[in-house]
Amino acid sequence: MTHRQRIVVLGHGMVGHRFVQAACERGLTETYDIVVVGEEPRTAYDRVGLTSFFEKGADALALLVDDTYPDPRVRLMTGVEATDVDLAERTVALSDGESIGYDQLVLATGSAPFVPPVPGRDLEGCFVYRTIEDLERIREASREASTGVVIGGGLLGLEAANALVQLGLDTHVVEMAPRLMPAQLDDGGGTALLRHIEGLGLHVHTDARTEEVVGAEGRVRGLRLAEGEIEADVVVFSAGIRPRDQLARAAGLAVGERGGVVVDHQCRTEDEHVWAIGECAAPGGICYGLVAPGYTMAEVTVDAMLGGEGRFDEADMSTKLKLLDVDVASFGDAFATTPGALELVFADAVGGLYKKLVVADHPSGQGLRLLGGILVGDASAYGSLRPMVASDLALPENPEELILPAGRAVADVGLPDEAQVCSCNDVTKGAILAATDAGCEDAACVTRCTRAGSTCGTCKPLVKKIVEDHFAEQGKQVDRSLCEHFPLTRQELWDVVAVHGYTSFDEVVEAHGSGRGCDLCKPAVASILATQVGQHVLGRGRRTLQDTNDAYLANLQRNGSYSVVPRVPGGEITPEKLIAIGEVARDFGLYTKITGGQRIDMFGARMEQLPAIWRRLVDAGMESGQAYGKALRTVKSCVGQSWCRYGVQDSTSLAIELELRYRGLRSPHKVKAGVSGCARECAEARSKDFGVIATEKGWNLYVAGNGGYNPVHAQLLAQDLDKQTLISYIDRFLMYYCRTADRLQRTAPWVASLDGGLERVREVVVDDSLGLGSELEAAMARHVGDYVDEWQATLEDPEKLARFVSFVNAPDVPDANITFTQERDQTTPADSEGPVVIAAEISVGAPQ
Amino acid sequence: MSGEGEWVAVCGIDRIDPEGGVAALVHGEAVAVIRTYDDVVYALSNYDPFSHASVLARGIVGTRTLDGDEVPFVASPMHKQAFDLRTGQCLDDEAVSVPTYEVRVSEGQVLIGGRREAT
Repeated sequence: MTHRQRIVVLGHGMVGHRFVQAACERGLTETYDIVVVGEEPRTAYDRVGLTSFFEKGADALALLVDDTYPDPRVRLMTGVEATDVDLAERTVALSDGESIGYDQLVLATGSAPFVPPVPGRDLEGCFVYRTIEDLERIREASREASTGVVIGGGLLGLEAANALVQLGLDTHVVEMAPRLMPAQLDDGGGTALLRHIEGLGLHVHTDARTEEVVGAEGRVRGLRLAEGEIEADVVVFSAGIRPRDQLARAAGLAVGERGGVVVDHQCRTEDEHVWAIGECAAPGGICYGLVAPGYTMAEVTVDAMLGGEGRFDEADMSTKLKLLDVDVASFGDAFATTPGALELVFADAVGGLYKKLVVADHPSGQGLRLLGGILVGDASAYGSLRPMVASDLALPENPEELILPAGRAVADVGLPDEAQVCSCNDVTKGAILAATDAGCEDAACVTRCTRAGSTCGTCKPLVKKIVEDHFAEQGKQVDRSLCEHFPLTRQELWDVVAVHGYTSFDEVVEAHGSGRGCDLCKPAVASILATQVGQHVLGRGRRTLQDTNDAYLANLQRNGSYSVVPRVPGGEITPEKLIAIGEVARDFGLYTKITGGQRIDMFGARMEQLPAIWRRLVDAGMESGQAYGKALRTVKSCVGQSWCRYGVQDSTSLAIELELRYRGLRSPHKVKAGVSGCARECAEARSKDFGVIATEKGWNLYVAGNGGYNPVHAQLLAQDLDKQTLISYIDRFLMYYCRTADRLQRTAPWVASLDGGLERVREVVVDDSLGLGSELEAAMARHVGDYVDEWQATLEDPEKLARFVSFVNAPDVPDANITFTQERDQTTPADSEGPVVIAAEISVGAPQ
Repeated sequence: MSGEGEWVAVCGIDRIDPEGGVAALVHGEAVAVIRTYDDVVYALSNYDPFSHASVLARGIVGTRTLDGDEVPFVASPMHKQAFDLRTGQCLDDEAVSVPTYEVRVSEGQVLIGGRREAT
């Protein structure tokens, strides 16, 4: 047997995280254990999105759920620094005194902000902009401050300036170069950006050299430039980054002229057991300060460790971002340094637009090809232009149309299959087409399957266009109509029912459909009627529409018998009810099992036994759990503050209240929920359609998490809500889902399919930007007011009960096809060989 | 075995919902008796050959357009395979069919006769 080997990863930033993720996905953890040493107090987060920290909080930036990897072979340490690497012994010394051995060492230590050596840079009130902790410090200092200065007018500097603006400071930007973003923009682009930024009330000083940070009593008071002084209480240095290569230097590994651990095209250092990736590495002597090349290095390294031949050659330094609400993009040979390069420029100084294409003659002699470009003010064309650079495609006859304002948002040009569409995840057009051919029916599915568009989202419109064009080419319409009887989507059907006030399937199919319906449209209409109109699912005209389980208010099992689940709100149940369930199961010979939703399922009931079983359960104070319906199932909870010594809120009471509020709600698919009493999240609320997690200040609401075939974690919709607001948001969320989702579409794919995704949900539910809020709440209030227990109502109605017979002409004869055996002291279904003919002697089933 | 030509009254037609079904016991065999929207009554074996369970009477009844013809069907409640109510032919798998039975409605009573020969 071979000994398991160990990879030690130093650094848990975005690139270190990507390495571990790829290692798990590609099976490297089958042979290696991975130890990750992270210096920051928290696990990896989205540093690119750092500016949204003030708005959304740290949780929204986190890249890992629950701060752990789903692979137990990965050990993740935070708040620990590596202090020394011994290449000969292959060990790493840690700040906590531990020493760990490695078979492979991956340096992913990133970079540190460069602070120019100006006097006064250590004064209180001077900061750098790199980590969440930096932002917390800046926020703290800004409480007492009124003016802030950012030193550096590059990409990071402008992001830092954005942070200061968000904190309410009068903000200055000081840049040494003659223009903003000198590494990405030319003079024209810089001027357009400057106008936008000054228009937002920022003060920009270009061509300005900082001579000194001026202070008094150890605190920042201002900044002295060659041209004069600026008063300021906060100074943020954002004048570039330097690779953090100290460990490698100390260990004796080669570093580049401008820093960075020298690595080969597979990201391996001079020492064959040591690798370097991301901003601390210098492949070919060059350091890259963008995340996309870092991701590529992470993938290449995993590939190399698996014996692959992936290479990191030249990085695409294309950038697109929204800075202070201004779109800026720069890609390819933006400065037209290629011999023979020509520039096509569209500039609208009034509208603040600057767009430049860099082109050259196509090597074929036919037309032009695109080398690069700059877009300021409107970067919508970036998603389609950037892939054209790599693809070497001949440009259309009038290339200026690609950047003129009237130009189509997504250029309609035939990219070759090898063109890279998503640069963050290196997905080509060919890979997107392959995914559609393999069964993806829409862009959202392609994004799930290929990751294209899942990181920065820039290429999403292009992905959508490629998918739609591909289907159109095949003559395949993306047909979202429900079935052959209705040329409508479920959402359109919902609207039709609402507008006309229909109350029966017959009305709907006669006015808007054809034929007599089927097993697809009938349950869909039944669900829509149930949510909009109410009334019993087994009422006249309704029962024949119901799907298998709803038709008998129980879950059909493999041999034709049913299972029964009484509601146990919040998973809380009295001993008396437990005993009642036990007695029912014993008396009817039912198999019992605890469900994942904190209730008890009883299996093996014959259809004709269901009323008698429910009579006993209803008498014991229980009601239908709707386990059979596309409906609210359970609201799972932990014991919360009532018992748990960590709990900060009463999660059980809230879970019960929510379950009783939404019980019986028919929805496009099943809905599951959870409430946790603290951040330890024992109720697994983040895997639910809606999940609530207690905080010291109230409740955080997560939505659109799903288990099942495609597990998805729920996303944070709103924080620190009081109970009333929380409930109004859930009301709106659920009703919006009921209205607009497709048939059998769970909340995660539904949110993914919405134009704008979670942001769209936030607009409707939280911001109420469509003004739908009160209407959605009123619809839910109607549901809550009309609720009756379906089983109790059935027991009271002889007409409904009449259906629960084995044979209409022999109600006392049980179905002989249902037989059972015993396993582990309980009943289990026996397989049937073929239809059983019931002879004169009839074997009677379980006692009544 | 089924007695040829012996008609068995199973229930009044009012016991069956339009586009609904009931199971009946006919000569020891479980038969799905299904009424369509236009009040035609069909009878076929209740036994779903795919799931090996006696459940077809509990399926959703509807129509499917095949070669311009509107075919009345019942979908198995287990895994949704559709069966032509007129012939017992499975519409999703040519190789599978279920037996059908003679049906008559007389003075509001549904009568089931013998098994039909396979067509």
